[in-house]
Amino acid sequence: MPSTAQPLSMCPGETAAFADVPLVGTEQFRRSVIAAVRRGARLVALFGQPLTRDATLSPLDALRPSRVKGQPVASDRLHLYATTADPAAGTISVLATSVADTYQALTPDCPAAHWFERELAETWGIRPEGHPWLKPIRFCAPRRGAAGSQIQPGVTPYFQVRGSEIHEVAVGPVHAGIIEPGHFRFQCHGEHVFHLEISLGYQHRGVERALVGGPDKRTIHYMETLAGDTSVGQAIAYCEGLESLAGCRVPPRALAIRGIALELERLANHTGDLGALANDVGYLPTASFCGRLRGDFLNMTASICGSRFGRGLVRPGGVGFDLDPPRVLELLRRLEAARRDVEIAVDLLWKTPSVLGRFEHTGTISTEDCRELGLVGVVARACGLERDVRHEFPTGFFRFVQIPVSTAHAGDVFARAYVRWLEIQRSLAFVHEQLRALPQGPVRVEMNALAPNAIAVSLTEGWRGEICHVAVTDDAGRFAGYKIVDPSFHNWFGLAMALRDQQISDFPLCNKSFNLSYCGHDL
Amino acid sequence: MQAVVSIIHWLVALALAPLLLGIIGRTKAFFAGRTGSPFLQPYHDLRKLLGKGAVYSHTTTWVFRAAPMVGLGAVFVASGMVPFGGSPAVIEFPADLILVVYLLGLLRFATVLGALDTGSSFEGMGASREVQFSALAEPVLLLALATLGRQTGSYSLSTIFVDIAEHLSIHAGPAMLMGAVALLVVFLVENARIPVDDPNTHLELTMIHEVMVLDYSGPDFAFVLYGAALKLWVLGALLVGLVIPVHVGIRLIDSLLFVLGMFALAFLVGVIESCMARLRLLRVPQMLIAAGAFAIFALVLVLRQT
Repeated sequence: MPSTAQPLSMCPGETAAFADVPLVGTEQFRRSVIAAVRRGARLVALFGQPLTRDATLSPLDALRPSRVKGQPVASDRLHLYATTADPAAGTISVLATSVADTYQALTPDCPAAHWFERELAETWGIRPEGHPWLKPIRFCAPRRGAAGSQIQPGVTPYFQVRGSEIHEVAVGPVHAGIIEPGHFRFQCHGEHVFHLEISLGYQHRGVERALVGGPDKRTIHYMETLAGDTSVGQAIAYCEGLESLAGCRVPPRALAIRGIALELERLANHTGDLGALANDVGYLPTASFCGRLRGDFLNMTASICGSRFGRGLVRPGGVGFDLDPPRVLELLRRLEAARRDVEIAVDLLWKTPSVLGRFEHTGTISTEDCRELGLVGVVARACGLERDVRHEFPTGFFRFVQIPVSTAHAGDVFARAYVRWLEIQRSLAFVHEQLRALPQGPVRVEMNALAPNAIAVSLTEGWRGEICHVAVTDDAGRFAGYKIVDPSFHNWFGLAMALRDQQISDFPLCNKSFNLSYCGHDL
Repeated sequence: MQAVVSIIHWLVALALAPLLLGIIGRTKAFFAGRTGSPFLQPYHDLRKLLGKGAVYSHTTTWVFRAAPMVGLGAVFVASGMVPFGGSPAVIEFPADLILVVYLLGLLRFATVLGALDTGSSFEGMGASREVQFSALAEPVLLLALATLGRQTGSYSLSTIFVDIAEHLSIHAGPAMLMGAVALLVVFLVENARIPVDDPNTHLELTMIHEVMVLDYSGPDFAFVLYGAALKLWVLGALLVGLVIPVHVGIRLIDSLLFVLGMFALAFLVGVIESCMARLRLLRVPQMLIAAGAFAIFALVLVLRQT
């Protein structure tokens, strides 16, 4: 086994031959990933890909017998793929290893792998040895090994704190509001929270499994409903991967419209979030105005494509709808009106001492914890980390137009709210600028067949944070595997950390400041 | 004649109490840019709930079922002891203000027992918060009423509020003002209004009063809601009686003036709820202690005058 094997390095939006992914020994895989993360790279995906009987004859193994020497390839082995993204170099690296039933867990040395390894163990029936808290995260049936050992959602041992006057509060999965299901267990002493454990999986649909063998007519619809409020973001991540595999060049006008739709989605959700934060502290004016303004932004998206959530807009090869000049003028007019109103509504938040008193020093995450846990998106930027895919790994229209990264440093609810406000202002400016100078030309090109036996990694900065899609194709150019990592997947554990030593009554506020997706996590 | 007027006043209180909730809701809707529900919505809600059946959890006992009735009974009696419009209340006797305070205490005690009886961790949490805050609010209320009693020389609410104008000189102004501030804070805390509690929230973990009554349904919940409206009226009447102490002498005008004062108070609550956020729970005791300081200063000032 060559000890000098370097991980496969790709630029964002690039496709590589699957066989070029170096297959290394488990120990080297482990060391290499941990070292990369310590150097500042992010673990964007860690997933398994089974070796089918056919795969033993595929170029992957047949052409490189030296790399798997001494490790007979059989159908019961699983390949693990680690995808790391290095913001300093702007490159994405992929490395693989082959495991049977157990391997040495990465989590003790790389906490960012915590959730990924629990997912691996649950999905593929392998055991990461030394994992500190090995529990299912979705309660789905394993895709390999013993079937029928499915566990019911929520039935596992929970972390417990013992002592006099310690009590446990369990919330959900059925909540009082119309929100998604999730189970939260607080270990409390009075109002003080020692520990929060989050148990999800109630929305598991088996999307990744259903995508194997695609893409077909359904695929794009799966993508637009991975997390309903991130339809555009997820669809862009999917289409960019697909276009990269097909070697197809998307016309600039389509890229600009995608960029506009992505930022409109960000505007709608950030505005809605600021309103929801105001509502959670009982501050009515901003709550009701932002609720209305969110609708205004959604309606702008609807005026482009007919769907408030941008469904049907982003399509492989371009966009499904063009913008004619009168519509552009109308959008500009509505954008200007919304900008004025949102400034007034949000300004009230920063001018009301009782609101700031609730936001500041609530649910603080240290920059160190944030980096260690590999948090992404608004949450990471609120901890002072400049993590923004649009800036670090630009694809699509963001290669031509940069949006400044918005950060804050406190890591508390206020910082997360303020980063949202900064991003609202910058997205407004971006959409305004792009609408006034839309490139000319077609908005869609014909898609080619996908490259066979290839891998493409696409990263997109959705409004929650980094969305990662990894597509692997088989001999026929169909999906042999498809991995989706929603930003919520990285950030749920961050919410649990944010609640340490907080008041239990502040949980709803902290939760809202993260505003993570349940179905995006459960897939 | 006096007795008839007093009984009419009591009936007015019983009839108008839910309207205060309607006014608060409408005010908040106005500030939020919405039309809001009709002023009479609380009455429709009560009628709807009374027509429904009740659901009881298997873990609850008779305590849970008795709590709404005990609570409503207590606050019903209390509402008959608070006078307005220059006429004494139906029930009055020397030092009756202590009974009013403890009837409100009985309401709270019943609600807390009912909440604990469900065995739910949420309701236990709400009960613990309610008891913690009212332990601080009760002394403030008693001190503020003692200030009034000292000023007017009587510890019967009827005597205090009927004669209050005669005992007020310009020197009593600061003490009465501080007493009114203390009463306003108690009014907001005891009625679970912003900045202490948010009656509109759906987030169980942040609730105080609402979470204790989550398990009630149908007529029981109607009792709870109506009891809360009466409590709003009782505590509001103490505050309005102090702020509008002057009586013209014509009963109808005095009564109308008082009722308008109650509506204005409900409007004020709506305004407060619209322009500030809830306090962090840790800050609520601080606000109550500040109110207590106001009440003590008021009492000291009144004691010094004589």
